[in-house]
Amino acid sequence: MAATTPVYMDNAATTRCDPRVVEAMLPFFTENYGNSSSRNHSFGWVAEEGVEHAREQAAALIGATAKEIIWTSGATEGNNLAIKGAAHMYAKAPEGQPNRGHIITAVHEHKAVLDPCKRLQREGFEVTFLEPKADGVITAAQVKAAMRPDTILVSIMWANNEIGTINEVPEIGKLCHERDVIFHTDATQWVGKMPTDVERDHIDLLSWSGHKIYGPKGVGALYVRRRKPRVRLEATIDGGGHERGMRSGTLNVTGIVGFGKACELCKTEMDRDGERLLKLRRKLEGELSKRIEVTQVNGHAEKRLPHICNISFGFVEGESLLMGIKDIACSSGSACTSASLEPSYVLKSLGVGDELAHSSLRLSLGRWTTEEEVDYVIEKIAKAVEHLRTMSPLYDLHKEGIDISKIQWQTH
Amino acid sequence: MAYSDKVIDHYQNPRNVGSFGTSKDVQTRTDVGVGIVGAPECGDVMQLQIKVSANGVIEDAKFKCFGCGSAIASSSLATEWIKGKTVDEALTIKNTQIVEELSLPPVKIHCSVLAEDSIRTAIDDWKKKNGVATNAATGAAANAH
Repeated sequence: MAATTPVYMDNAATTRCDPRVVEAMLPFFTENYGNSSSRNHSFGWVAEEGVEHAREQAAALIGATAKEIIWTSGATEGNNLAIKGAAHMYAKAPEGQPNRGHIITAVHEHKAVLDPCKRLQREGFEVTFLEPKADGVITAAQVKAAMRPDTILVSIMWANNEIGTINEVPEIGKLCHERDVIFHTDATQWVGKMPTDVERDHIDLLSWSGHKIYGPKGVGALYVRRRKPRVRLEATIDGGGHERGMRSGTLNVTGIVGFGKACELCKTEMDRDGERLLKLRRKLEGELSKRIEVTQVNGHAEKRLPHICNISFGFVEGESLLMGIKDIACSSGSACTSASLEPSYVLKSLGVGDELAHSSLRLSLGRWTTEEEVDYVIEKIAKAVEHLRTMSPLYDLHKEGIDISKIQWQTH
Repeated sequence: MAYSDKVIDHYQNPRNVGSFGTSKDVQTRTDVGVGIVGAPECGDVMQLQIKVSANGVIEDAKFKCFGCGSAIASSSLATEWIKGKTVDEALTIKNTQIVEELSLPPVKIHCSVLAEDSIRTAIDDWKKKNGVATNAATGAAANAH
């Protein structure tokens, strides 16, 4: 069977909402439309029931208790609340003073972690940005070496959104707990795809998002540990005192119900999905590497999510490659696809040369990705790379045996 | 990024792709001018080669390009425009004309600048090889070393 186009291979950006999730949400738009905070009538009670059921489903996915789940609008808000909320709560000195505390994160985190950390830096906190090695993995040893007596918070993502590499999160969590340091992880790409247990893995704060796990956009959850230790956060949104005062605002009941259902489905289907996607990803990477010379799979060979493939094709620029495969939806680390005109900072942090960063594609698979689609993508990319290499002056130099890194280019 | 139909056409059917020999061959050929501009780490490298008659007419032009669709289209268009022109006529081509022809958005203007640079650099190279006085070179051709 041939693949129907366009082919969607951008599941790390967002996923299709599972029809079973939509079905669960529908009654909460038109029938059970109450405000879950309305305590004095049945409309409110039904909505509250929906929200609390979803809280159970979300907690079950990560081995938490329902009371430890705080609803957010997504992982960006969760990361902001966790990082700024914890830093302000556990600050060593009041606002306006220096040396307010030390925070550890990594240079290739998502901007939703980096930017809150940079804001805290301006507010008098000190931040260490760890640099990964070529495999992209942040180890517990690196975190340990960066720890100081005044370290108050560590924020390390579970798995990277661009390259899918998996950091040593359980080990980092254990280290933090030994030293009474709060540990936050942005688990947006991890949760729902890989087994998660906040107790076993020593997590204090964990953010994730609905739309990466086949749920709706605009809803997410933050896990906030309640015992051993009881973690407290300063709210970033003040108001009616919803969500234990940590996140005020009328709850997005329909979104939350969908989020809960999405969590439930992931819990039962992640093993099967993961195994299938790993096979497909291996085929994708294997075939592309075999058929196209000077191809490099970025990130650790093994410690990587089953569904994310980041691959560079030498001598071919990423945006022009996307143009050649325009019926395949995916992303590139090329500067031209970003607003900043800078190539991917994640790939750069791995020491992938700028040229290979410009030549990279991220292909991310999902619940509905088929083998036919993978075959189609392999064919299409191989053809497009070949077409572009006939046009590439760099490929000519390569064939002439000239090392392009040794050429003095006229830069602008 | 939405591309204009002309950019897509040049991307799918690039005009005059190729070269007049390996980088070493063309270095010594006096009838060929070579312009290589940009850098791999910037995501754009354009190579333009022109074959020029003794009386200064560009008889043929070939390009190769590592870059986005707009960069490929800009260099492809440049070869079309300079063929048949004298080197002095070719030097009057401005990047703004390329922007207009291809409807390039502001973030892609640098592609047209590179194309204009590649024309100048290739012509300067030809002039130097043939002892013709050049205007100040806008950029040095890339040299392997």
